Amino acid sequence: MLDVRGLRKVYEGSGRRVEAVRDLTFTVDAGELVCLVGPSGCGKTTLLKCVAGLLSPTSGEVLLEGRRVSGPPPGMAVVFQEYGRSLFPWMRVRDNVELPLKQKDLAKARRRELVSDALDAVGLADAAGAYPWQLSGGMQQRVAIARALAYEPDVLLMDEPFAAVDAQTRADLEDLVRGLWRQRGITILFVTHDIDEAVYLGERVIVLSSSPTVVQEQLKIDLPDERDQLHTRVAPRFAELRTHVYEQIQAAKRGAVPQDAKAAPPDVKTDRIPRVEG
Amino acid sequence: MKLLLQRLVFVLALPAVLVAVWWFASAGSTDVYWPPLRTILKTFPDVWTGERLIDDVLPSVSRLAAGYAAAALVGIALGTVIGSYQRVRAVCEPVLEFLRAVPPPVLIPVIMLFAGIGDTMKITVIASGCVWPILLNTVEGVRALDPVMAETARSYGITGAARLREVVLRSASPQIFTGLRQALSIGIILMVISEMFAASNGLGFTVVQFQRTFAIPDMWTGILVLGLLGFVLSVLFQLVERRVLGWYHGLRASTRRSS
Repeated sequence: MLDVRGLRKVYEGSGRRVEAVRDLTFTVDAGELVCLVGPSGCGKTTLLKCVAGLLSPTSGEVLLEGRRVSGPPPGMAVVFQEYGRSLFPWMRVRDNVELPLKQKDLAKARRRELVSDALDAVGLADAAGAYPWQLSGGMQQRVAIARALAYEPDVLLMDEPFAAVDAQTRADLEDLVRGLWRQRGITILFVTHDIDEAVYLGERVIVLSSSPTVVQEQLKIDLPDERDQLHTRVAPRFAELRTHVYEQIQAAKRGAVPQDAKAAPPDVKTDRIPRVEG
Repeated sequence: MKLLLQRLVFVLALPAVLVAVWWFASAGSTDVYWPPLRTILKTFPDVWTGERLIDDVLPSVSRLAAGYAAAALVGIALGTVIGSYQRVRAVCEPVLEFLRAVPPPVLIPVIMLFAGIGDTMKITVIASGCVWPILLNTVEGVRALDPVMAETARSYGITGAARLREVVLRSASPQIFTGLRQALSIGIILMVISEMFAASNGLGFTVVQFQRTFAIPDMWTGILVLGLLGFVLSVLFQLVERRVLGWYHGLRASTRRSS
């Protein structure tokens, strides 16, 4: 579904040359929920923008269903971290969700149907007539999620979407995303700096190194499909996995090369992708 | 209801006091140039008859409307182009700063040379003065488009005319309205001034005419009419602004509450 191959991004400007992303290769299969986690400042946002077609990579490529991404592709929707700046404050919730659909030339009836269905799915059917700034932060992010859902994307990209909301709201939103993923079978690439969040949500976690970024490790999360905040987070397996990811991130921060599989706790399946030196 | 009454009192108190002061201070005046307010008010209905409203007020207001509309159109269109492209901005900014610094009344003799002394001249003068605050504020507003909003629009395929209409101009609208508000007062001033040159009707013309014929109370009524006109236009402007920028005031109030 989504193929990232040898992605590299170097920022050049005012005499400085910053290699944000060195060499990233990974894939996301159709219907998968993959979490990207890495130390802060590791170029997660750069990576996501390259995938979304908002930035063009220095080298390497991103393929969506076999087609090379050179600008924002129609089959992709992005949920940004800054919900307050990503929703248009001059439009009511309903119009915010509908605007991208107008660009798709959908009939009015179909647009209405998609909008109300998406708002229903995030539990905001009542707020359709409100302005975004009349809602709480968590609700605003729900609107942004509804907008992405209504767009019916092949891949949903989420860029640290819950970094700016409080812990309780965050838990609710995590469950919302997991619920939507299970109900609708959408493909989600979820970027976060929160290890627990990555392990709780993901079917697979890709651990990134510090900048210049490479894939530190890929980890299959073998927790049951049915997850909830109360039980999953105290399950021994959850603790093992999060500890493992945590160690990897610490190793990444120290700048260590990816550890080999021996170092992983028993039963942790790591499927490392061989690194291609560019 | 009580709140409304209280607000009304607040709004009307100062004007009432000022009028009263004027009334009593001028009551015994024998100075030809400072007639008592009573005389001025008595003259008012005689001067501002229906005929005069059609002959003088209507042409003035129409010219103001035409000039202001032209300025808004040109200012917003050019401002959007200049604000959207860094390069265009770099080229245009020094010239704009220079042109803005030229006081518009000084252009009247020049504009008269090519636009004659008719309505075209007056509308051109009004437009050439009003365009600057609108243009410069539009440039600032368009330039200040939030990068996250711009990326959101891009990633959802909102481009071209829809981007301009639904995103860029809407996000710049608070700034554009600041420009429009400044332009309105400049427009009224230029409306009057342009009518003092080579005119045969209009409010500015009438006031000057009264002064030259020593009809001093009549002249004072003309000034009152101008003041009232400015007031009415500003109230109308506020009504439109409240409708168009309702979201903006709500947004600001909500960020003030939460911070």
